[in-house]
Amino acid sequence: MVVLSLAWHSLKNRKLTTWLTVISIALSVALLLGVENVRTGARESFSNTISGTDLIVGARGGSLQLLLYAVFRMGSATNNITYESYQHFAQHPAVAWTIPYSLGDSHRGFRVVGTTNDFYEHYKFRRDRKIEFAAGKMPEGIFDVVLGSDVVETLKYKVGDKIVIAHGISTKTIQDHADKPFTVVGILKRTATPVDRSVYISLYGIEAVHIDWSDGGPPMIGEEVPADKIKKDELKIKQITAFLLRTKSRIDTLRLQREVSTFEDEPLQAIIPGVALAELWRTIGFAEDALQVVTLFVLIVGMLGMLVSLYTSLNERRREMAILRAIGAGPMKIISLLVLESGLLAIAGSVLGVALIYGLSFVAQPIVEQQFGLYLPVQPPTSTGYIYLAAVVVSGILIGFVPAVKAYRNALLDGLSARL
Amino acid sequence: MADAVSLVDLKFEYRKGRPVLDIPSMRVAAGERVFLFGPSGSGKTTLLGLMSGVLRTTVGQVQILGQDLVKMSPSQRDAFRGSHVGYIFQLFNLIPYLTVEENITLSCRLSPERRKRLAGKSLATAARDVAARLGIDGLLKESVTALSVGQQQRVAAARALIGTPELVVADEPTSSLDHDHRERFIELLFEATKAAGSTLIFVSHDRTLQPLFDRAIALPEINRASKLEAAA
Repeated sequence: MVVLSLAWHSLKNRKLTTWLTVISIALSVALLLGVENVRTGARESFSNTISGTDLIVGARGGSLQLLLYAVFRMGSATNNITYESYQHFAQHPAVAWTIPYSLGDSHRGFRVVGTTNDFYEHYKFRRDRKIEFAAGKMPEGIFDVVLGSDVVETLKYKVGDKIVIAHGISTKTIQDHADKPFTVVGILKRTATPVDRSVYISLYGIEAVHIDWSDGGPPMIGEEVPADKIKKDELKIKQITAFLLRTKSRIDTLRLQREVSTFEDEPLQAIIPGVALAELWRTIGFAEDALQVVTLFVLIVGMLGMLVSLYTSLNERRREMAILRAIGAGPMKIISLLVLESGLLAIAGSVLGVALIYGLSFVAQPIVEQQFGLYLPVQPPTSTGYIYLAAVVVSGILIGFVPAVKAYRNALLDGLSARL
Repeated sequence: MADAVSLVDLKFEYRKGRPVLDIPSMRVAAGERVFLFGPSGSGKTTLLGLMSGVLRTTVGQVQILGQDLVKMSPSQRDAFRGSHVGYIFQLFNLIPYLTVEENITLSCRLSPERRKRLAGKSLATAARDVAARLGIDGLLKESVTALSVGQQQRVAAARALIGTPELVVADEPTSSLDHDHRERFIELLFEATKAAGSTLIFVSHDRTLQPLFDRAIALPEINRASKLEAAA
C-alpha cells in the first residue's frame, strides 16, 4: 500500500510526462477498441443486412449469386421462377410469410424491385427493425413507386414526381418504359442496407411495363398498350426472380430448404441468409485482419512510449531511489514501485482510452451510419476488447520491469552517494 | 552496554586491487556522539554505507547493535536498516512529491519493524512529536519543495529519528548550512538523539564542529588503505 501511494504521488509529481504517457496509451487503446468496434460493427451490419428471413429462394444456381442479387442488389439471376412455384411455397402450411422479388429493370442505375406490400410489412433488418416510410405511403396502384433513401438523396425526388423505368440493369440502357411512367408515392427511411439503393414497384407494375413486350423485345411501334388501359385484374403475373421466406417455426427451416431444392416442378434452391452471409464475409473479411495488425503496432508504439518516458525519468530519480534505499526499502520495493507506476499508467491509459472511444462512437455513430451505411453499436467491449484491455495492462506491468531493474541496479551502484 | 558499532578487520574495495577501506578496529559505544572526520574522498560515505548495510563487504566484521551485517542477506540488511538506523544525507534528503509529514513517516510506513517502535503512538502523533522537538511542527502539511535548506535538513533529521532508532548516521548534514544554522541544527539533533537514546555518528570535514561531540575519530588514522595510498 505504501508503495502504491508512493507510485501514485510520484506520477502526480510528474504531471506532464504522466499525462502525455497516459494520453498516448489512451489513444492506442481507443484506436484498438475503435477498430475492434468497426470490425464487429461491420460484421454485424453485414450479417444483419437482412433478418427475420429464414430462407431465400431462387432458381437453381450459385448460392452466392442468389445472395448477391436478392439481398445486395448486385449481379443478376440466370433464371426466373414461375409464379406457380412461388404460390406453392407461399401457401405452404409451414410458411408464415413470403416476400417475392421480381428483378431485372432499373432506374438511372438503381435496381427496380417488383414486390408486394408484404415487403413493407415483413421485411426486417438489423435484428428487428422494419421498413419505415419517411414520406408517403405504401403503393396501391400499378404505377405507384416507392424509393429507397439513397435513390432520393442522389436523384432528389419527392412524393408526386413521375419517373420512368428502364429495361435492364445498365445505366446506359437505350430501352426504357417511357410510355408507362410511375408516380412516387412513398419514400423509405434510411436503413443503411441495400434496401436504400432500390426502387420499389408492385409485381403488377413489373408485369404492366412488359405487357406489350414479346420475346424479350419492346413492342412494335403502334402496338404499345397505353398505361391507362391496363387493369390490375387483367394482369397475370407469370414469374418472379426470388422470394424471401419466413417459417412459422424455425425448426422447419431445414426441412423446407430440402423441400425447395427437391421441388419437382422446377429446379430451385434455398439458402439460409445467416449461413450464406457468414460465408461471404469470410471471403471479404481478410481486410479486417490487416487493420488489426496495424492497430497492434500502434499499441506497441504507445507502450514503447511509456517505456521511454519511465526509463528517461530514472536519471532524475536516482536520488529518490537512494533515499528510499537509505530508509530501508529493499530491491523488491524499488522494483515494485516502478512496476506499479507503469501498471498505473497502463490502467489509466486504458480507462481513458475506453472513455474516449465510447464518447467518440456515441458522437460519431449517426454520422458513420449516415455516411458509410455502417451501424456502430455502442455496447460494452466484446470479449476480444476485454482481452485487448487485459493485454495492455499486463504488458504495461511487464514493461515496468525494464526501468525497475535498471533503477535497482542504479541503487546498488549508487549506494548512498547518488548525486542529484 | 554493548557497542553500537564494532568494526573488526573491515576491508572494502569498489574495484579489485583498489582498497578504499581497511580498518583493523573501530568501536562506538551505545549512546555516544561521535564526530567522524576526514578529507573528501577518504571513504567516509563508504564507511557509512557499510555500517548501514547498503554496501556489503565479505571481509571482516561489521557488528551493529551486536549483529554482524556481513552475515546477513541483502533483504535482512535492508530490514535491519529500516528498523534500527536513521540516515541523514548531506543534501536532498526528501522525496519531492511527498509532504513534510509524509516524508517523516515514510520510514515507518516502509518498515513494519520501525513502526512497532512507535510504542503504540499513531504515525501522525509520532511525526508531530519528533517535528516539535526539531521546531518544524508548523510545517507538517507543507510541500517539501517550499522549504529552505535548513528546514529540509530538520525534516531529514525528523525522519531519521522517528521511531527512535538505536543508531543515527548523518553524512555532512550541515555542510550546506550557514554558521548559525549549523550550530542550531546540531543542538537540535543532539537534543533529539538524546531524547531517543540513539547513538550518533556525525560525519564532517569541518573540524570546527568537533568540540561539540563526545569523541572524534579521524578516518585517515584508523584506515590503513588511506595510509597506503598516501605512501604510494
